[in-house]
Amino acid sequence: MNARTSAQNSAGTGAGTGARTSTGTSTGTGARTIQGQKNLQDIRQSSKDGIGGSPLRPDGTLKVRGEFAYSSDMWHEDMLWGMALRSPHPRANILSVDISEALAVPGVYAVLTHEDIPGAKYYGLEIADQPALAIDRIRYHGESIALVAADHPETARRAVKKIKVEYEVLTPIVTEEQCLDPETYGYVHEPHEYKSHAYGNICHEQKLVSGLGVTDEVRALADVVVSGTYEVGMQDQAFLGPESGLAVPAEDGGIDLYIATQWLHVDRQQMAPVLGLPEEKVRLTLAGVGGAFGGREDLSMQIHACLLAQRTGKPVKIVYSRDESFFGHVHRHPAKMYYEHGATRDGKLVYADARIVLDGGAYASASPAVVGNAASLGHGPYVVPNVRMHAIALYSNNPSCGAMRGFGAVQAAFGYETQMDRLAAELGMDPVELRQLNAMQQGDLMPTGQEIDAPAPVAELLRRVKDMPLPPPLDTDDLDVRLLPGALSNTSHGEGIVRGVGYSVGIKNVGFSEGFDDYSTARVRLEVIGGEPVAMVHTAMAEVGQGGVTVHAQIARTELGVEQVTIHPANTEVGSAGSTSASRQTYMTGGAVKLAAEAVKRELIEKGRRRYGWTQQDLTLAGGKVVSESAGALVSMVDLLGEDAIDLTREHHHRPTVPFDKETGQGFGHVQYTFCANRAVVDVDVELGLVKVVELTAVQDVGKALNPLSVVGQIQGGCTQALGLAVMEEIIVRDGKVRNASFTDYLIPTILDTPPIPVEILELPDPHAPYGLRGVGEAPTVSATPSIVAAIRNATGLALRRIPVRPEHLTTERPGEL
Amino acid sequence: MEFLRPATWDEALAAKAEHPTALPISGGTDVMVEMNFDVHRPPAILDLNRVTELTEWSNDGEVVRLGAAVPYSRIIDELSGPLPGLALAAHTVGSPQIRNRGGVGGNLGAASPAGDSHPALLAAGRDVLVEAASVRGTRLIPIDDFYVGVKRNCLEPDELIRAVRIPVADGPQQFSKIGTRNAMVIAVCAFGFALHPRSGTVGTGIGSAAPTPRRAVEAEEYLRDVLAERGLWESGELLGAEVIQRFGELVKAAASPIDDVRGTADYRRHALAVMARRTLTWTWNDYRKQIRSAA
Ligand SMILES: Cc1cc2nc3c(=O)[nH]c(=O)nc-3n(C[C@H](O)[C@H](O)[C@H](O)COP(=O)(O)OP(=O)(O)OC[C@H]3O[C@@H](n4cnc5c(N)ncnc54)[C@H](O)[C@@H]3O)c2cc1C
Repeated sequence: MNARTSAQNSAGTGAGTGARTSTGTSTGTGARTIQGQKNLQDIRQSSKDGIGGSPLRPDGTLKVRGEFAYSSDMWHEDMLWGMALRSPHPRANILSVDISEALAVPGVYAVLTHEDIPGAKYYGLEIADQPALAIDRIRYHGESIALVAADHPETARRAVKKIKVEYEVLTPIVTEEQCLDPETYGYVHEPHEYKSHAYGNICHEQKLVSGLGVTDEVRALADVVVSGTYEVGMQDQAFLGPESGLAVPAEDGGIDLYIATQWLHVDRQQMAPVLGLPEEKVRLTLAGVGGAFGGREDLSMQIHACLLAQRTGKPVKIVYSRDESFFGHVHRHPAKMYYEHGATRDGKLVYADARIVLDGGAYASASPAVVGNAASLGHGPYVVPNVRMHAIALYSNNPSCGAMRGFGAVQAAFGYETQMDRLAAELGMDPVELRQLNAMQQGDLMPTGQEIDAPAPVAELLRRVKDMPLPPPLDTDDLDVRLLPGALSNTSHGEGIVRGVGYSVGIKNVGFSEGFDDYSTARVRLEVIGGEPVAMVHTAMAEVGQGGVTVHAQIARTELGVEQVTIHPANTEVGSAGSTSASRQTYMTGGAVKLAAEAVKRELIEKGRRRYGWTQQDLTLAGGKVVSESAGALVSMVDLLGEDAIDLTREHHHRPTVPFDKETGQGFGHVQYTFCANRAVVDVDVELGLVKVVELTAVQDVGKALNPLSVVGQIQGGCTQALGLAVMEEIIVRDGKVRNASFTDYLIPTILDTPPIPVEILELPDPHAPYGLRGVGEAPTVSATPSIVAAIRNATGLALRRIPVRPEHLTTERPGEL
Repeated sequence: MEFLRPATWDEALAAKAEHPTALPISGGTDVMVEMNFDVHRPPAILDLNRVTELTEWSNDGEVVRLGAAVPYSRIIDELSGPLPGLALAAHTVGSPQIRNRGGVGGNLGAASPAGDSHPALLAAGRDVLVEAASVRGTRLIPIDDFYVGVKRNCLEPDELIRAVRIPVADGPQQFSKIGTRNAMVIAVCAFGFALHPRSGTVGTGIGSAAPTPRRAVEAEEYLRDVLAERGLWESGELLGAEVIQRFGELVKAAASPIDDVRGTADYRRHALAVMARRTLTWTWNDYRKQIRSAA
């Protein structure tokens, strides 16, 4: 049995040196520094590996050396291999499925179709509209129809090919026009099958009106109007570790699943009804996760492996191949957006009107939340007195789309930021100034009516990003082709290269919104092991590479004054930790660890009071001792604890939110907001349409950097994923079929595409959040893409209304050019 | 699946004769990908990795005999002098890992129109020869006859590629490739170009813009004639914008690309013209420097 990830075992033994040196945090020179008030923890902190330090992540070295155990590396004696048969058609009726030949293959233990499912046949993250195995109908290219378990993956593969499916192939419903005219083109889900507020082929919609809305009278107040249609292609999370897991049937009739996921409990919640088991008999343990970015928020092979394990009574492992992975998870919603902005001659926004159409594909997944974000954040970090917004997610026969880093906000930012640049051009204003003039700040209202009740330093972020020194111009005398567009492909020795600079800023919410109570649970245990006080932190948080395990150990060190912290494997023995998404885990589960550690601390001090009769009110834990500000060190934790362990579990809930009103979009819908500003410098080979991003600068307010090194890593990673969307990443779908399900043709940035990413961090505490922190993972993914496109526009003078920008868009075909 | 591991070249030829459907594997950077994606399930695999001659090269001053399995990384390190165009092409292949494994023999075996060796080999001249061997003997196949269709070459079922014979460069050579990212990318299109002052000719090679790698014959002839008629080989005068432009147009006209997920046909034509103009300019500038310093 080798199902545990080694990352779980020994968090935070790193050195934590030099993390602040190259990152330009807010303690840097020059500009006015904005810092959170130093709190008690900071003053008394004895561990350099507590919060604010940068201990190295326990999984880092292992991953770099290729020694980290990913979910795909698991092995169990006597295990079988599971594999799915997937549809080659995006829309079809299944006339018959014949599994007899597949069953006859020697080494095959089971072949299952939907008829073999013991429990509920549908599941889903928000709406249970997806069959665990296709029932009579195919709604997207790659939908799974049948499952095989065999003693060898090759046997399973061969058996899958022997399953005979008779299809009646139908014309797929793929365009907005087709989706919105179901009378002519048909329904992706028949209306009687709808399980939510869907109508037509609209899975979810959200309207929003604020101020006077957008009427002819309001339009008349504007001196200048710009409008345009913008398009975002379908990005993929492109995590490197394919979907995989190992299901082990248990003696009690239950099942143990070792799985790479983002949210153990919501997986279980969706799985148990399908497996026909009570939740407590479905036990999940996190296996090594090779990246997620939202793509593991939905189920992939979880139910399939468990069904096969239930049927065969043997452990079953499923590992997707690379191409299957492209069919095995949802993608970022492609979007078509119409934006119209009116402003006064001096640049003040008067109104904004927008319609955002997101293609959700065959099943709902996270579409409702994506729509909610697009509608509520779709006007950007600006004060807009009058707003009208309409956001919808379609049902179509395209691949399902759902969660991906920054969802809803990423698409919209490309629209509103392009509009800001165009408005600035129209007004003859500097684009950064225009943004600063309209920037929201604390105390302003969102178009939803929600007051921004925490720092919102939008103008300040822009000022800082603009003040950062520019990289030197291209040295044409001493050219290094690696630094040019095309790099070693040797397409230019300086010819055709034009430099461009672009700016952008973005807004993202943190945590689950619209009334969702995505609480987190943490259990902290303090005891003496080997003569030292040791804290153990147990949560169900999915470590997907964000560094949560490192931060949990830091929090425990700070709160409990210990050095040794172990991280218990994440599993469903403890309560939910919510999802590792929406930039929420440090806020939510970090917050839960803080609460649990504080409770342990109180109990330990109480124990001391009982034993020693202390009367001081200023007691805390530091350096392995109970200390008093006035009386100094009182007793070592080792002596106080003795043989006892203190073991407490706490839940952390964020402040409540409410759903947006369906028609007006009004409501206190979001927990927290986060902002990032970027500057992109690009060199474009304008003759060949090749782009090299020279530098991508980010300035972000993080409230409090619990681990500055990790924070910088998150921001740089977010910027890189945004770069991918700007210039290369797209799943190409034609007539509902995916055309580039491989890393040969789905391109993600390499190191030669990734520029230096200078990061400046601001720490303006959010009074509502633990330690004042702000989720960091998504804001740069929202804001960085538009800055890169703006820089390319600056170099080429082209309109560029679609991303990713491809070489032909800069040369032979120029979509959206006026 | 049978796995054949000949220890010597003769054994390899014998094995291929006996198992003509066996799929040779050299670096495996194409073969393993195709097996992973389930494109191929060959009845047998013929592993050439024990045949050490395949990883050797020799240079008699006139011609480099490049073993089929000399990896790209060694072509870059050891042969950029005599084979500058091929070395530049090698530099654009995949990543360091791929360049350590893959080689020209495999590129020829796969015969993909997107293979990066091909434009460089075509540009190196019509007397580039693929040395194909079987138990029946050795054939020297001119590079122009080698590619016969999409991912198809003219090898007989019992033949293996032993080496490629490439004339030592007698003038500047260039290679240029378009990809939608700056490394590790399959060519959207590519162009190889070489000046051959000794024979008064030029060589071209177009990649990823036709069913097979191909030569831009008219462009070559046009430039050969202009260079000869105007005495430019001797004078080293500038070519002039018009010549460069015309050359680019003829290269573009020689391509017959398609629209696919990597790029559009229009863009490929456009980019070929640009690459043709640029590579011609670079090589001619180098040539001018050479004859100036020789004078
Ligand atoms: C990540 C990645 C990136 C890549 N990038 C590029 C790129 O940028 N440019 C590019 O051109 N290619 C690229 N390739 C493809 C591949 O690396 C090249 O085609 C390489 O030249 C193949 O060489 P190999 O020795 O690995 O061939 P193998 O995979 O061993 O064989 C390839 C083919 O040639 C046949 N073959 C091999 N040796 C012989 C022989 N001696 N006689 C007869 N037939 C033979 C095989 O049977 C097979 O059909 C890439 C591949 C990968 C995996």
